[in-house]
Amino acid sequence: MATSVPLHVNGQSVTVNADDPDMPLLYALRDNLKLRGPRFGCGLGQCGSCTVHVDGEAVRSCITPLSSLKPAQKIVTLEGLGSAEKPHPVQKAFIDEQALQCGYCINGMIMQSAAYLAKNRNPSETDIRQALAKNLCRCGTHLRIVRAVKRAAGNI
Amino acid sequence: MIDFLSTRREFLKGGGTMVVSFAIAARHAPVIAQTGAGAAKSVAADEVDSFLAIGTDGKVTVYSGKVDLGTGVRTALTQMAAEELDVALDRVTVIQGDTALTPDQGPTYGSLSIQNGGVQIRQAAATAKKHLVDIASQKLGATTDDLIVEDGVIKPKSGGKGVGYGELVGGKNFALKLDKDVKTKDPAAFKIVGRPVPRLDIPEKCTGRFTYMQDARVDGMVHGRVVRPPALGASLQSVDENSVKNILGLIKIVREGNFLGVVAETEWGAIKAAQNLLATWSKWEGLPEQKKLFEHVRATKINKDDVTSNIGDVQEALQQGTKTLKATYDFAIHTHGSIGPSCAIAEIKNGQLTCWTASQATHNLKKQLAAMVNIPVESVRCIYLEGSGCYGRNGHEDAAGDAALLARAVGRPVRVQWMRADEHGWDPKGPPTLIDLRGALDASNEVIAWESEFFIPEGAAGNVPLIAASLAGLPRETAYSPGNIIQNSAIPYAFPNIRTVCHRLAETPFRPSWIRTPGRMQNTYANEAFMDELAAAAGADPLDLRLKYLNDPRGMELLRRLAALSKWEKRPSPQKNAGTGNIAKGRGVSYVKYELNRTYVGAVAEAEVNRQTGEIRVPRFYVVHDCGQIINPDGLKNQIDGNVIQTVSRTLLEELTWDRSMVTSLDWASYPILTFPAVPEVVIELIDRPNEKPWGAGEPSAALIPSAISNAVFDAIGVRLRSVPFVPAKVKAAMQSI
Repeated sequence: MATSVPLHVNGQSVTVNADDPDMPLLYALRDNLKLRGPRFGCGLGQCGSCTVHVDGEAVRSCITPLSSLKPAQKIVTLEGLGSAEKPHPVQKAFIDEQALQCGYCINGMIMQSAAYLAKNRNPSETDIRQALAKNLCRCGTHLRIVRAVKRAAGNI
Repeated sequence: MIDFLSTRREFLKGGGTMVVSFAIAARHAPVIAQTGAGAAKSVAADEVDSFLAIGTDGKVTVYSGKVDLGTGVRTALTQMAAEELDVALDRVTVIQGDTALTPDQGPTYGSLSIQNGGVQIRQAAATAKKHLVDIASQKLGATTDDLIVEDGVIKPKSGGKGVGYGELVGGKNFALKLDKDVKTKDPAAFKIVGRPVPRLDIPEKCTGRFTYMQDARVDGMVHGRVVRPPALGASLQSVDENSVKNILGLIKIVREGNFLGVVAETEWGAIKAAQNLLATWSKWEGLPEQKKLFEHVRATKINKDDVTSNIGDVQEALQQGTKTLKATYDFAIHTHGSIGPSCAIAEIKNGQLTCWTASQATHNLKKQLAAMVNIPVESVRCIYLEGSGCYGRNGHEDAAGDAALLARAVGRPVRVQWMRADEHGWDPKGPPTLIDLRGALDASNEVIAWESEFFIPEGAAGNVPLIAASLAGLPRETAYSPGNIIQNSAIPYAFPNIRTVCHRLAETPFRPSWIRTPGRMQNTYANEAFMDELAAAAGADPLDLRLKYLNDPRGMELLRRLAALSKWEKRPSPQKNAGTGNIAKGRGVSYVKYELNRTYVGAVAEAEVNRQTGEIRVPRFYVVHDCGQIINPDGLKNQIDGNVIQTVSRTLLEELTWDRSMVTSLDWASYPILTFPAVPEVVIELIDRPNEKPWGAGEPSAALIPSAISNAVFDAIGVRLRSVPFVPAKVKAAMQSI
């Protein structure tokens, strides 16, 4: 049965029409709201490509049913974090370090790191590696990603 | 073996002679160019117009048949074109992989985008520039020697008014043949090539603005998902349409032979329909037993032998040796493991098929799709959009085939994205490789014989048959295309007696294709590890032994620089002081001259082996890399990092699993890859040779990683790892066997 789901995304209240209240948030963001930051990687919560912030926490949108979200919960995607003109310090650090190859995973890397750095201002390299241990990158850009997160930590 | 696995049907080419032209995209084409009527643009590989256009505003459009697969090639090609034309970088736009607009420069594989594709673009640009300077000289009344070009404006060296490219040819064709012998720019004058220019795509990718294939949308588009058989060779017996009748927006269940898919108005609707659809399939258990894989490989019929080198008399020399060694190496089946599952959009309208695809070979895909859906090849257009990294021929082309069949069935544009299990289960695989080696030393520890036999599937780098065509029983290729996997079976060392032979097998368990450094990685693994075995038998330092038998100054210089970079301690392996306690430390070296005719790379791995658990940690890699002229050193380092890290993952962890019916490693839990905590530090030294040819860098350094790790483990614990992946159980078993 089609339902209307109120959401708060990137600072705006929106309504998503979905045929299934248990549709994962990812599809509402990508297909209904035409956002490109969160990406489908596995649909299993294993890779992190779909990561968004829900009330500041990094959440895997591919396994987050719409029905589990409350209208007041603040959802932020990569687009809401910053823009090419006004990037978030983590986005800027990734650009400065040239920290991607294909970049398909990079939404997850940036969103996971931004949520982590909001609470951990001075992480060691080992801390950063642990914080990203469940985000997968296949191109092998890990070292640049760690450098970018370290650089961002100094700028938040 | 069943049809799907080793397709044997005739490949029928699309017939017909109807010519359909597509609109030339605007000089700065929109991301998704639309089809329509218009004059056809040249895509012939010998025409300047195929590669270059200059607008009235002086802006340059480069048409590249090679595409950026996430490696930064678009930026590098932009640098090469801007440099050669003497224009600022931001004047150049690169259109990639659109069969209506870009020349067929061959698939984007084999580390050839710069080496072949970029060099062709450079030649086109140089031909164009020469022409522009010639006509400017007439216009300005000056000799060409008296003219210079500054940011697309040709002017007298002595000063005075110049004339811009846009004014000279803006909006018009060059109508020039590409001159392969044209004099290109003196590297001493380079201002853009050789610099670490930031990648053009990265800001958009970091802010959610980039259009990946997976983001593309077409008017009227609906969503498809495939329902694959539960066993590779299963036949579809029945479909219970009632099982999905409650899915809102379901448009159609598409069934064609064993091809089954669903189309729905929404993506989630299509996913749910595919998950819930009940279908009955026949039983099929035709796969070999996994634990007997290499017995199966050894027993497979050999269709032919490729002798890749044959020097002296190996049999005689092996018998004369004071010490003889023999060893067998194997290398597991790997999946590409793209983070973003394969995706495509297809539309069939008025007899024309348009496919938006992340294919690395749009010109070939066009032919495959034409044959499959029986549309004249001239009526098919494939438009490249960058997808998730593919590292070879993954599922992008198959998703295009799926989209085409579904689009044909519903008469609307259909977007297909594979689910994770489709990607892990159905992308073509890097075939298993089995290698036997024999060597001999004489009384003075000189290597006098080297013999190797590689058991690898037949075929080269052709088109991999599309899954949709195989399942639906539609025309497709008949031959295997595992890539050019015989390369680097021959060795760079000057031993007096050498014989290397590739036994080309009639069958391999899974549809094969190339995965980064295909064959070259597996072959180099065995060769460079066995080289280490010979060094150990001779009591020689393994780096010294390589230097001793190389007669290539460039390779020797590289190895000496590697020794300095890695602070190589000269001594034989295994080492005597590997450390006390559970952790033993060692280092190993490996060397390759890629395909024996291009990029040189040397690597040293540091490894730590836990004697109790058998776990291997690789804290550090040193790499020295010589690919001739470097276009973008930062992009190059990024590629080397990626090669090392991805291949450490493949070497330590990765192995396809299956039962007798189907792949069982269908997600990241069952096919784990390397994660952040285990990623090694990578220390890189680039050797830039601006006056040499630019060679490829997307693959060569990956060739070294398995052998360097194996050699480092031997150095640490005196145990030789001859079977990739080096999982703890295998390491412990190897430790117990000595």
